[in-house]
Amino acid sequence: MEQTASPADLELVQRLRARDEAAFMSLVERLQPSLIRVARMYVASQAVAEEVAQETWLGVLQGIDRFEGRSSLRTWIFRICANIAKTRGQREGRSIPFASLAGDDLDAPSMPDTWFQGPGGAYPNHWSTLPSDWASTPAGRLDAAEVRAVIGGAIAALPPMQAEVIRLRDVLGWSSEEVRNALDISETNQRVLLHRARAKVRRAMDDYLAMGNE
Amino acid sequence: MDCKDLVELVTAYLEGDLSSEDRARADEHLARCDGCARYLDQIRETIRLTGTLEPEQIPEEQRSALLGAFRDWAGNQG
Repeated sequence: MEQTASPADLELVQRLRARDEAAFMSLVERLQPSLIRVARMYVASQAVAEEVAQETWLGVLQGIDRFEGRSSLRTWIFRICANIAKTRGQREGRSIPFASLAGDDLDAPSMPDTWFQGPGGAYPNHWSTLPSDWASTPAGRLDAAEVRAVIGGAIAALPPMQAEVIRLRDVLGWSSEEVRNALDISETNQRVLLHRARAKVRRAMDDYLAMGNE
Repeated sequence: MDCKDLVELVTAYLEGDLSSEDRARADEHLARCDGCARYLDQIRETIRLTGTLEPEQIPEEQRSALLGAFRDWAGNQG
């Protein structure tokens, strides 16, 4: 069963119907960057993706009186966006292969084989080098702004779908169901994309912490 | 279940997507494997730190275009 609109969603919808400008702009602030990136998965350029996002908001305003709360508000908004973007993409004769959005490494192991003992080891497939204990890193080393820069950089380097899944799930705190709906992907794909994304961000953090311990 | 398996199941584990048998096997492994317990801690810490990222700012021209669109809409509907 689909997650329905929350009480907070319904309140926001009431405010939009009452022409509450601040309510609309706070929603824009929260969703616009992701809407543009999702649109960009279907269309040829950043400029067209921005147009799609703009049209999405017009669609939201024109349709708000018909919103019935059978999905969360953001799921509904991302569906409007995906529909507009798909239409634009088809008109452009453009279809981007799933692999180029999702990354071609979905089946690759999270950790290089060298981290594990080979068949000749005392304990094959067990750690050959233990992961480092992050908790033992001197507290002063963890500069919050630097950590955010490392993580932001690692996310920016991910294939588009991996980046969007980790942003929506771990930066914005969406549920897996909302992410599946927004990106139009299966439960399995959502989990695999999140798995790859978190593994790479973990790796970037581990490299960053190791650098400081040398 | 060995360490190489556990590393690939860690997301399903945290999502609560494992069968009860696999979940029990993972818990049993984690209880006696320091390396995997550390790896899981690192992933949890990664998730927590990722949650500290600031929301992105949207460009001013997009903000004012959308504000204009909102005002047009609100004005037309009375």
